[in-house]
Amino acid sequence: MTKFILRRLLLAIPTLLGVSFLVFASIRLVPGGPAVALAGELATPQMIEQLNRELGLDQPLLIQYVNYLGRMLRFDLGRSIRSGLPVVEEIQTRLPRTLLLAVVSLAVSSVLGITIGVTAATRPNSLFDGGSMIFALLGVSMPIFWSGLMLMIFFAVLLPQWLTSIGFPTGPILPPTGSGTWQHLVMPVTALAANSMAIQARMTRATMLEVLRQDYIRTARAKGQKERIVIYVHALRNAMLPIVTIIGLQFGTLLGGAVLTETVFSWPGIGRLLVDTISFRDYPVIQGTVLTISIGFVLTNLAVDVLYAYLDPRIKYS
Amino acid sequence: MTASIPTGLAAPHNRFKLPTSIRRLIRNPLAMVGLFIVLTFIFVGLFAEQISPHDYDLSNLSMARKGPSATHLLGNDEIGRDMLSRLFHGARISLTLSIISVGIGLVTGVLMGVAAGYFGGVVDLIIMGIIDIMLAFPSILLAIVFVAFLGSSLQNAMIAIGVLSIPVYTRLVRSSTLSIKEELFVEAARALGASHLTIVLRHILPNVFAPIIVQSTLQMAVAIQAAAALGFLGLGAPPDVPEWGNMLQKGRNFIFSAPHIVLYPGLATMLVVFGFSLLGDGLRDALDPRLNR
Repeated sequence: MTKFILRRLLLAIPTLLGVSFLVFASIRLVPGGPAVALAGELATPQMIEQLNRELGLDQPLLIQYVNYLGRMLRFDLGRSIRSGLPVVEEIQTRLPRTLLLAVVSLAVSSVLGITIGVTAATRPNSLFDGGSMIFALLGVSMPIFWSGLMLMIFFAVLLPQWLTSIGFPTGPILPPTGSGTWQHLVMPVTALAANSMAIQARMTRATMLEVLRQDYIRTARAKGQKERIVIYVHALRNAMLPIVTIIGLQFGTLLGGAVLTETVFSWPGIGRLLVDTISFRDYPVIQGTVLTISIGFVLTNLAVDVLYAYLDPRIKYS
Repeated sequence: MTASIPTGLAAPHNRFKLPTSIRRLIRNPLAMVGLFIVLTFIFVGLFAEQISPHDYDLSNLSMARKGPSATHLLGNDEIGRDMLSRLFHGARISLTLSIISVGIGLVTGVLMGVAAGYFGGVVDLIIMGIIDIMLAFPSILLAIVFVAFLGSSLQNAMIAIGVLSIPVYTRLVRSSTLSIKEELFVEAARALGASHLTIVLRHILPNVFAPIIVQSTLQMAVAIQAAAALGFLGLGAPPDVPEWGNMLQKGRNFIFSAPHIVLYPGLATMLVVFGFSLLGDGLRDALDPRLNR
């Protein structure tokens, strides 16, 4: 197992190098080049030349990339143009909040998604099956930021209006924006979870339907095993592999999706940081946040691979 | 001299059978709902100019943020422009944007996938290495990065969304090419002296046509959603263009006083994405019944 993990870690290195190169190269896409991007459009040629020297941009590209990698390994991602703070410091403050949002959303969506998927698969072609799958597809179709806005309208306008009209005057039920208390988590988590829950429910249903057709399920039933045990012990356990993969991949997607949800709910996470800095053209922060999210995404995929091998003894470790 | 033709030569598997597939598609009510939504969307997109009840760009401050009425069925936006007309014109933008971006992803992805699967070796290693790196970014992030550095415009949004769909096509076409190139009919064509280009164009691509159609339908949904997301973040079309994501971004500031401004563009996005997803699922079931669950 250790050998397998090490091999997968080694295989992830070229991808991570590729990611770092893409992020490194991205600033060179900016019209005028990185020095113009950093100094601003009104910079004089002398200022740009000086900045090029200071940043080592007058050196060959390969040397610049190696230097960039060296700085990255020392957790030096430069300084924010806007705040002047080290980028690492900015990310350190914001990342835990994004992770909190992603982890809670993933937990909520997994529990609900798997339950709905299993229930739909055990009653194929029933009203619940059809209804839940249409609902799931609608959930996937809903833009995350729009469902966030709709939740805000519901909890901050419609529900208080209705409660007031029936004699329970109240203000907004949940705080529409910000962070700090568990109430602040409810709306962004619901918006994020609705989308990934729908994907997980569809996946769970499809896999369970396949597993429930297998001979060993018929054998378990023929032996007189209780239906609950057949479903949850015999079937779900074997259906878990693809579901775990989807859940793992969803975590990465949630990190990306957080960019939109955090913008809607003014959640002070890494996604919001990215969006805010784009309008300021704060390139060091943009590079730093993109690199962090992508490394998180690669490492999550790696963890899913390892978990997959751990869950399925048929997968060889070497 | 007559010779019997091996079955593998005569009937390549997975070939696109139009009449049977269409019959199967028509029998699927959900797919028909999807088709209806998609056709309506295309119709609205194509004839936005003719069916719009008002000038989509004409502002009337006295009507600003007014809710639905008999003259303005979906109400007015933050500067009094007719919401319905703007939604219709937004459909045109979404349609154009999704077709172009899916086209970019399709052409590039198919070329890369065929090259990787057909030639294998170093070509495969390099192409799949690039794809692995692209897949290391959550897709919307890749589009955001692209637009953030290139500058926000409708054109760059199209390119960014196109780029993010390349890996899907590359992987799909590569895996199909890998299995098809081992088939007898490809071997026979090679033995008869067919060039690589002929083999790819006449024997491999027709056999990956069905999964490409299915994927493209589903990618249209992804593209429309991604375009709205970029618009919402202010990274898509210029502020005054009635793109659905743009309209949501503008309406966000009036969410409590005029919720209809954010309700309809989001609903339209959801409905069209829903339509393409239903149609895509239906097409997959119709064109490849082995996947039918």
